[in-house]
Amino acid sequence: MIPAAFDYQRSATLDDALKAIADGGGTVKLLAGGQSLLPLLKLRLGSADRLVDIGRLGELKGVRRLPDGRLAIGAMTTYSELAASSARHYGVVADALPTIGDVQVRNRGTVGGAVAHADPASDLAACFLALDAEIVARSVRGERTIPVDGFFTGPFSTALATDELITEVRLPGPRDDAGSAYASLEQPASGYAMVGAAVVVFVAGDGSIEGANVALTGVGPHPYRARAVEAALAGSDRSAASLAAAAAHATDGIDVVGDIHAGREYRTAMAAVYTRRAIEAALARLG
Amino acid sequence: MSEHITFVVNGIPRELDVEPRRLLVQALREDLDLTGTHVGCDTSQCGACTVHVDGMAVKSCTMLAVQAEGSEVRTIEGLADGDTLHPLQAAFWEKHGLQCGFCTPGMIMTAADLLARNADPSDDEIRHAIDGNICRCTGYQNIVAAVREAARVIRSGGATVAAQG
Repeated sequence: MIPAAFDYQRSATLDDALKAIADGGGTVKLLAGGQSLLPLLKLRLGSADRLVDIGRLGELKGVRRLPDGRLAIGAMTTYSELAASSARHYGVVADALPTIGDVQVRNRGTVGGAVAHADPASDLAACFLALDAEIVARSVRGERTIPVDGFFTGPFSTALATDELITEVRLPGPRDDAGSAYASLEQPASGYAMVGAAVVVFVAGDGSIEGANVALTGVGPHPYRARAVEAALAGSDRSAASLAAAAAHATDGIDVVGDIHAGREYRTAMAAVYTRRAIEAALARLG
Repeated sequence: MSEHITFVVNGIPRELDVEPRRLLVQALREDLDLTGTHVGCDTSQCGACTVHVDGMAVKSCTMLAVQAEGSEVRTIEGLADGDTLHPLQAAFWEKHGLQCGFCTPGMIMTAADLLARNADPSDDEIRHAIDGNICRCTGYQNIVAAVREAARVIRSGGATVAAQG
């Protein structure tokens, strides 16, 4: 399959890229690793008049520790590079990365590309939601920081303006009282998450659960924070019954997706199961 | 409108004028006559088109030729050392890691990516690594055995097997 013809522009600098998407004139799409965009163009599910290639902008690559302890992930960092970086110390990220695509896809697919593409079953999106990440977006107008909760607005839709690109994803610094994990039920052929649950738990000195961030993907129209699960976990004991009762709220208020791979009822049931498993795994990481 | 690209393929500097929408696999197969790289599904699932770009396994059906500008590309044709097979090629032969052979170039290039990062992979690690490569003939038992054997040969000093016939 061959995509429809498009113009191609390789950006030498971030400023070049920002100008190219600000100028507009037809449909301009940013090309990062291309692992989502190129299949869409080939299948002609999407089209573009011009592709602006930012895949090799060095200034958008790499993972660095900020002075305040936070971790800044350059948007053009590939999944493989992320897995080899200090981001692997976040249990939730270490769990999720090997489930994304396959080796070849992880060698080219980028963190920024995944976030901007906003697949409703994105594994990384759930991780970033549970970690309370921030998205740094830039345009010729300037830079802004967008909390990831609220960034995903619908299937393949985000809070980004058309002239903005993602430069960085920032994760909070590691905490001794936090444990995290990701658990997913994958469609066996495609590997896409039918249900993915990302959990970060915070535990008090006496071992009780102080609070938790819980995010699900593959379940609703976009990855979301499961606030009802979080409320039930805050102050909860760690008994199996309490964790299961909290996880049962995984789809509260969500219009659960049903398709040929997993009907609405099955997906709803599995959302609770995988949320419980992710909570248990996150707690287990704290010992 | 065409773009001029310069890249190195199997150690040889090459230049091409390509349409921006030309896929890397088309450039390799149709422009450079390197037909060892196969097109299977053409939808980024089967891995038959796997090549190395700057040392990393990628699906050449899901990469534009223009994205390879300035890169080093290695295809299955660039794996053997003259008439001496790469240990992975020899092991796929020895362990009967193929039946029709269509998936084999991609399997071998993916396995080479794995062995470059992990000299002694477990069977589980091998199976995880070839998750993006589909064989529709025989199943994966002998493919895993072949990768394991190649890893052993490389660890023991990389003795390679002279191609015959």
